[in-house]
Amino acid sequence: MLAENKIEKIEQHLNLLKDKPGALLPLMHAIQDDLGYIPEESYGPISKALRLSVAEVHGFVTFYHHFRTKPAGKHILQICRAESCQSMGSENIESYCKEKLGIDYHETTKDQSITLEPVYCLGNCACSPAVMIDDEVVGRVDKEKIDELIEEAKK
Amino acid sequence: MTSYKIYIPRDSSALSLGAEKVLKTIESEALKRGIKLEIIRNGSRGLFWLETMVEVETPKGRVAYGPVNPADVSSLFDKEFFLGKKHPLSLGITEEIQWLKNQERLTYARVGITDPVSLEDYESHDGFKGLRKALDLKSQAIVDEVTESGLRGRGGAAFPTGIKWQTVLNAPSDKKYIVCNADEGDSGTFSDRMIMENDPFVLIEGMIIAGLAVGADQGYIYLRSEYPHAQAILNEAIEIAENNGFLGKNILGSQFTFNLEVTRAAGAYICGEETSLLESLEGKRGLVRYKPPLPAIEGLYGKPTVVNNVISLATIPIILDKGAKFYADFGMGRSKGTLPIQLAGNLKQTGLIEKAFGITLRELLYDFGGGSATGKNIKAVQVGGPLGAFLPEHQFDTPLDYEKFSEINAVVGHGGIVAFDDTIDMSKLARYSFEFCAIESCGKCTPCRIGSTRGMEVIDKIKDGVDQEKNVEVLRDLGETMVHGSLCAMGGMTPFPVISALNFFPKDFGLEKTET
Ligand SMILES: Cc1cc2nc3c(=O)[nH]c(=O)nc-3n(C[C@H](O)[C@H](O)[C@H](O)COP(=O)(O)O)c2cc1C
Ligand code: SF4
Ligand code: FES
Repeated sequence: MLAENKIEKIEQHLNLLKDKPGALLPLMHAIQDDLGYIPEESYGPISKALRLSVAEVHGFVTFYHHFRTKPAGKHILQICRAESCQSMGSENIESYCKEKLGIDYHETTKDQSITLEPVYCLGNCACSPAVMIDDEVVGRVDKEKIDELIEEAKK
Repeated sequence: MTSYKIYIPRDSSALSLGAEKVLKTIESEALKRGIKLEIIRNGSRGLFWLETMVEVETPKGRVAYGPVNPADVSSLFDKEFFLGKKHPLSLGITEEIQWLKNQERLTYARVGITDPVSLEDYESHDGFKGLRKALDLKSQAIVDEVTESGLRGRGGAAFPTGIKWQTVLNAPSDKKYIVCNADEGDSGTFSDRMIMENDPFVLIEGMIIAGLAVGADQGYIYLRSEYPHAQAILNEAIEIAENNGFLGKNILGSQFTFNLEVTRAAGAYICGEETSLLESLEGKRGLVRYKPPLPAIEGLYGKPTVVNNVISLATIPIILDKGAKFYADFGMGRSKGTLPIQLAGNLKQTGLIEKAFGITLRELLYDFGGGSATGKNIKAVQVGGPLGAFLPEHQFDTPLDYEKFSEINAVVGHGGIVAFDDTIDMSKLARYSFEFCAIESCGKCTPCRIGSTRGMEVIDKIKDGVDQEKNVEVLRDLGETMVHGSLCAMGGMTPFPVISALNFFPKDFGLEKTET
């Protein structure tokens, strides 16, 4: 069961956004920004308030790569897999991160500090290879920079 | 005490290379030495191999230093960089740097020069002049100006912007919308991001003019979720514009009302396709719509809607300000005006180059780009994002021009160029094109949804030497099926990078004999 305070927060976001045109998109962002993920328990109240079926809400959330239905680690490390970063050796960065963290994409380290995600271009292609940690983009990364980022995130 | 004016960029690529640390170090060093600085957070000039680029105002103009790292700061102070004096990192007068001097910056006129969220800076650098002119014109006259400028959509499809606007103007409706496509998903592109972070008012101005032109009072900027900095700056700029009478009711004392809002996307490449984008804005899954009806007739919530790319909209103010002819005099053939070109990937000098159409790839890659970053030969480039063909060396003399590119089955697209050196395995890139399509397909058409996965398997077989001849044929057939059986360019163009890789680099697929 979802904790009482989480349900309360979801209700608050719903009240704020439910009458907005196209409410579902900003609503899901608001919930995920607040709780770190979109609990499936929220589908019921959301579908009622927006007059959608639960299946529609579920279909919406799963369509978008950005939304997650399970809690993530404290930090999210996204590694750019797109062409420009490939041209500057992002494959090595990918395998180095996976090995160092002992996880694959879409997984979280045992200590809950880092969730690893692929991303397809960060608009930082002039500084490839690029990664993003939470809201910060880091350019021209090498193994040393990755070490620093991971160390910082594990603090 | 005299205070010295210093510029340190806040563009997110500059930040990604440590601009914030450079700022902090300069601040604390100045404090330690008792030197008073006035620090301006400008945008980036777009010379990313020189970021963090620090500029100083001097009587001779702005003088640049770069790339500056925190470790260089103390010696910069020793040499009195704040007076514009010489240092090993000196780049001279910024405007005289060849890379910048050889450009024609129209859409990007202010980028890197001004403080992005200073309305004063914006207006003193020709900002809102286009809007002021437009407010004195009839809707039809604004649309005519845009049509005559020859501006074509910079989002990828290169459709004439004036014709799109005319359709929306002609569509009778009580409600119309302006939607800015800021989903910039193509690898190798960042020109939308740079406009939004470094000169947000020009996009706002362009959208207001679009509203005036077609009779729309509501605008949305659909912004990709990977751009949090752009989101913050846009929201700040929108608020400033509202507080100063540029947005909201009775804009600049006129009868015109226009409201603007940023909507954050959620990480789906297909939502850059305009009808998928509209579905998403409406709070639905981003499934591509059948056309017709065109969004210009039935767009957002079924109402006539202008959907334009960031660069298309950000180019409107200068067209209205300087006139259609001024803009149309740049460029070649039916590719009028300038294009903000993005040099990315394996190049020594990456960044933003705004040039009139007609410049060749070779000039861009070698004169501007300085060759590969690794010092090896450039084997291929991909122009126009993940759906664009790979071009081998013998096509590098092709001029950037929509028609010339189309003649060789390539696209200019959003103007991103990604270079690869000779260590790249083109069959891997081809396989990745299918993989990307499989991940990002909206799922509506079978050739796109299933074909992409099949494509990966076929490439694997070819590389493993299994029935090569037959499987090459299967791959080509699959390409044909996707081109002809897909509703949108996601499935319809994925074969272009794949087949170009196969045609030009058969050896990478383990094929001995050269095809074509
Ligand atoms: C798969 C796909 C992705 C697209 N992504 C973008 C994008 O990120 N940004 C963009 O402006 N146009 C994108 N487009 C093109 C849009 O559909 C549309 O042509 C464009 O927004 C129209 O604006 P313009 O005429 O100003 O270029 C994409 C098209 C397809 C098929
Ligand atoms: S081609 Fe692919 S992305 Fe485009 S509509 Fe069809 S399934 Fe969707
Ligand atoms: S391809 Fe990696 S940041 Fe654009």
